Amino acid sequence: MAFHNDGIDMTASDLDQEERAMIQEIKRSLSKFKKHRGNLIPILQSIQEKHSYLASAAMEMVASHLDISPSEVYGVATFYNQFRFHPPGRNQIKVCLGTACHVAGGDIILENFERKLGIKDGETTADREYSIERVACVGCCALAPVAVINDNVQGYMQPSKVEGIFLQFQIEREREERDKASE
Amino acid sequence: MIKLIVDEKEIETEEGRSVLQACLENGIFIPNLCFIKTRQQPHASCRLCFVEIEGFDRPVTSCTEKVREGLVVRTDTPPVRRLQRMAFKLLMSGHPCEAKVCPVKGGCQLIRTAKYLKVGLNPKPLEFLEREVEEEVDLTFFTYYPFRCVLCGKCVYVCREKNEHNLLTFAQRGFDTVIGFFGDIDPTDLPCHTCLACATICPTGALIPKPELTREAKSNP
Repeated sequence: MAFHNDGIDMTASDLDQEERAMIQEIKRSLSKFKKHRGNLIPILQSIQEKHSYLASAAMEMVASHLDISPSEVYGVATFYNQFRFHPPGRNQIKVCLGTACHVAGGDIILENFERKLGIKDGETTADREYSIERVACVGCCALAPVAVINDNVQGYMQPSKVEGIFLQFQIEREREERDKASE
Repeated sequence: MIKLIVDEKEIETEEGRSVLQACLENGIFIPNLCFIKTRQQPHASCRLCFVEIEGFDRPVTSCTEKVREGLVVRTDTPPVRRLQRMAFKLLMSGHPCEAKVCPVKGGCQLIRTAKYLKVGLNPKPLEFLEREVEEEVDLTFFTYYPFRCVLCGKCVYVCREKNEHNLLTFAQRGFDTVIGFFGDIDPTDLPCHTCLACATICPTGALIPKPELTREAKSNP
C-alpha cells in the first residue's frame, strides 16, 4: 500500500509556502520576548502552541534572538517530552505504552505502525498523512493494548488490526475520490 | 599550604583544591572519569572517585570535597572499592566494549580503571542493557560513537569554555541521552578546525576527529 493520496496531497511548493509563512510569523512574535535566556522555554512553548511543532529553522531563529547557540536550544528542546520536531500528520496515531499496555505488548503494536509507515515514533510521513506518537496512558487499561487513531480509541490491538486500520483509511480515501469525481 | 593525610602518608597542597586533585597531584591515584580541575562545580557524575574521610560516616566523592588542614583520607577501604566497582559495573552495563577493539592508544580510561579496580570490562553480574542508539553519528568534524560514550560531560564543558557559543550539547534525556550538535552553520565557520578540545579530553574514545581534520590541525598548529 502506498502512502500518498493523489488529489488532496500538498505539493512541495505548498509546503514551502507554509513554512515561509510560519517563519515570518515566528520572526514577528519573537520581538515580543525579551532577549534573556530565561525566556527560552516560554518562547519554544509559544511557537509550538501556534504551529504545533518546532522546525529546525525556528530553533535557529530562537537561538539568534537570545544570542545562545542553536545546540543549546536543541539540547533544551529535546530534553522535554512536550516538544515535537515534526509537524503532526493529518491522521494522528497514538500508541499507548503505559504499564498495562506495555505488559500486553504495546511495543509490538508501536513497532507494527512504525514498520508499516517507515517512520519512528515522534515522526511524520513525508506526505504529512500520518504521524506516530507514543503516549503514557489513555485511561482505559482494561482494553490493553490500546491505540488512539485520531480520536478513536482502538482496544485489544493486534498486528492484524493495524492492517485493518490502514485498509479502512484507504477505503475512505477511495470513497472521497469517487465523491469528488461525481460532483 | 595545607597538610592532609592520605593512606597514612602526609601530603601538602594548596587551599581550595579538591581532595581528588590534591591526591592526583601527589601521585596517589583515585579512579575518575568526569573530573576537570578548572571546573568550578564538579560534575560528580561518574561516581568512581569515592574515598573515606574521617568524620564522615560513609564514603564521599573526593572531587566534591575541598581539602582541609589535618584531613584523614583513605582511598582503598573495602566500602570504597565496593562502591567504585558497582559504579563501574553500572557504567559498563550500557557500554559494550572490548580491550581488543579500543580505538585509544594504550587503552582508554575505562580499561585502565578496570585494571585498577581488578574487574572485567563486562557488567557481570549486572545485566547488559541495549541502548537504542546509532552506531556512528556524523558531527561534521568528528565521528561520535554513542555506545562508547559514558556521558561524563567533559566535552560539553570544554566546548562551552573554549567557544562563546557552544557547539556540543547533551540531547534527549535519561537513558536516551547522547552528545549532539545542532545548527545550520557553514563548516568553514566552525572553530573545530583548530580546537579539538572535546576529542582530546574524551576519556573513552567516543569522539574521534575525522582524518582530514587531524591532518589540518597538524599542518597549522
